[in-house]
Amino acid sequence: MEKSSKKISGAEILIRCLHEENVEFVFGYPGGAVLHIYDAIFHQDKFKHILVRHEQAALHAADAYSRSTGKVGVALVTSGPGATNAITGIATAYMDSIPMVIISGQVPTYAIGEDAFQECDTVGITRPCVKHNFLVKDVKDIAATLKKAFYVASSGRPGPVLVDIPKDITADLHSFDYPETVHLRSYNPVTKGHLGQIKKALKLLTEAKRPMVYSGGGVVLGDASAHLIKLIQALGLPITSTLMGLGGFPASDKKFLGMLGMHGTYEANMAMQECDVLLAVGARFDDRVIGNTAHFLSNPRTIIHIDIDPSSISKRVKIDVPIVGDVKSVLADMNELIATEKPQQNTAALNAWFKQIDTWRDKKCLNFAQSDEFIKPQYVIQKLHEVTKGEAFVTSDVGQHQMWAAQYYKFNEPRRWINSGGLGTMGVGLPYAMGVQFAHPNAQVACVTGEGSIQMNIQELSTCAQYHLPIKVIMLNNRYLGMVRQWQEFFYENRYSESYMDSLPNFVKLAEAYGHVGMQITQPGDVEAALKEAFAMKSRFVFMDFITDQKENVFPMIQNGKGLSEMILAEDL
Amino acid sequence: MATQSTRHIISLLMENESGALSRVAGLFSARGYNIESLTVAATEDTTLSRMTIVTSGSEAVIEQIIKQLNKLVDVVKVLDLNDGKFIERELMLVKVKATSAFREEMKRMCDIFRGRIIDVADGSFTIELTGSGNKLDAFIDSLDKAAILETVRTGASGIGRGDRILKV
Ligand SMILES: Cc1ncc(C[n+]2csc(CCOP(=O)(O)OP(=O)(O)O)c2C)c(N)n1
Ligand SMILES: [Mg+2]
Repeated sequence: MEKSSKKISGAEILIRCLHEENVEFVFGYPGGAVLHIYDAIFHQDKFKHILVRHEQAALHAADAYSRSTGKVGVALVTSGPGATNAITGIATAYMDSIPMVIISGQVPTYAIGEDAFQECDTVGITRPCVKHNFLVKDVKDIAATLKKAFYVASSGRPGPVLVDIPKDITADLHSFDYPETVHLRSYNPVTKGHLGQIKKALKLLTEAKRPMVYSGGGVVLGDASAHLIKLIQALGLPITSTLMGLGGFPASDKKFLGMLGMHGTYEANMAMQECDVLLAVGARFDDRVIGNTAHFLSNPRTIIHIDIDPSSISKRVKIDVPIVGDVKSVLADMNELIATEKPQQNTAALNAWFKQIDTWRDKKCLNFAQSDEFIKPQYVIQKLHEVTKGEAFVTSDVGQHQMWAAQYYKFNEPRRWINSGGLGTMGVGLPYAMGVQFAHPNAQVACVTGEGSIQMNIQELSTCAQYHLPIKVIMLNNRYLGMVRQWQEFFYENRYSESYMDSLPNFVKLAEAYGHVGMQITQPGDVEAALKEAFAMKSRFVFMDFITDQKENVFPMIQNGKGLSEMILAEDL
Repeated sequence: MATQSTRHIISLLMENESGALSRVAGLFSARGYNIESLTVAATEDTTLSRMTIVTSGSEAVIEQIIKQLNKLVDVVKVLDLNDGKFIERELMLVKVKATSAFREEMKRMCDIFRGRIIDVADGSFTIELTGSGNKLDAFIDSLDKAAILETVRTGASGIGRGDRILKV
């Protein structure tokens, strides 16, 4: 701990706090209210400040830095418009429980409430989309507040925490004294799960005839992947994953049934519907995951739910065996029980259950009709997987391309698949790739995007040029807001209201204008060679514009209001 | 899940900091929970505020409300008073017409409900009444509507009976 009686400015105190927290990157954008802070940044070189081109991108980049490393992401924005531009990024992180600390400048304390230039009630505006927030009113509170912010953001169910600091506070002088520990009487997140409940759960799982495991983003966020794999291998259970949980269990394993939900596989959704004992791990029975709730509940099953957040339990579906605790610790306890008690399993039933699952698998629901005329978007992702040997970090935007990336890029490791699941924010893809590439400078980073989404944060091509980020953009250009068009086909009799993307830029020239490499690929036969060529350019940012089949849709699909077993398959059409 | 809606009184202790009240109020509006009334004031330990929230919902909704309140970082303790025996009190001030013909009648009604006349003016009385929400409702119902000039109610405060104590 650093301690000194020397008086320094609030801005310098803030910087020292970030040093104490071993922050590597601060993603930000300067402005009047944070000028003292930027001056203090100028005088330090322990962390690197990344200058984005729009505050939303600073938030997304910090968020992806966190998603890909497990560390707290840090962003810095100015008051007023800086803070409001950050909102989408904060809400995106909040919905997916990403630990972040956001520092926002505020007008001086004496001007608060006077509609001062660039004043907005940042604490008020962000309240519904942060785990917690603070307004610092005295320079002597900066260090303790930052300590609390990092602690709250990263403990329990993680989430973004915002610290709003008025400009005069960053000029005031005080000594620096970073607290070693932090205690909040009002905040005591649980860690250990209840052993009695864990025993009960294990008994149910081993006695089940048709057991099923459904794992979510909590497994990834809680770094519980190794423990989950151990459990699944020990008991030989079938497992599916949510969009957010992909990579938490290796997709190449035979027990993995693929993603479930609205665009999940036939086998995963059927097994989810027909199982008799369901273990949900770090997942929250989202509407996009279980479809129509009444239909889901029409099949009786016993549900065990492990989650760190008590409010996730019995929120949408009544839980029979709740286990509140850190997913990793609970799974470790469960594995220990298995090792010591060596429970008997219903092997005959389990084998029969896998036979049933195999018949569902035989539907080969992810097969698609190849074409030598049009590039199939699914094919691009398959080739991307091959060319990168399944080892890339893949970020995505929101739309059809996101679902294809999730379905066809088989993730074998956690924290490799970076996307906005909860809020579904178009525009995250490129800034997400930036955050990941900063955290993993030597890794292959692919941003799978659409021509709609990429234009929501296209200005970041400039940031990528400034920091020489060798990201590969894989744009599946269908000239449509494809996911919107798909819904219009299913629910609005093909009335394509405002879903056609007109007046697209020449993306190759656009990329080149920023000093990047641009490629346009129009022939199916060129896909693989182009990907190889792009990934061979290890130090270059390559923008790949794949002109894909305009009419391709995502299958399987569960229509709004339908149940898990009521999927539409590609073969049905 | 049970869908029958029941009235619950929730007591909570939270850090007495600016913005704490809006976190609770914001939670109720954001998640679409009912608030019948909400009262708040500092406790004898001025670092803590005590809040009484009267709400209604199915068992599942009430369970979520308690969990969501507990999740707020500033909230120290939450108690659903309906889980045991409790006392509920609310204060009401009613200004009523008390012109010569009405004056005796008003005094009588006030006595029956154990209210107190705390202000007397030429044509009006102001009556102070304490009790459960039901009792206050009953008083209002028993008055001639035309006689009521103005009412103000504090919303309910609740406390557990006997050794049911909400403290840090
Ligand atoms: C910020 C934002 N606005 C609107 C939407 C609604 N939306 C979801 S997918 C989509 C279309 C995305 O188009 P594109 O990026 O081209 O991807 P495609 O579906 O064509 O693959 C839209 C408009 C959203 N998710 N986010
Ligand atoms: Mg598109």
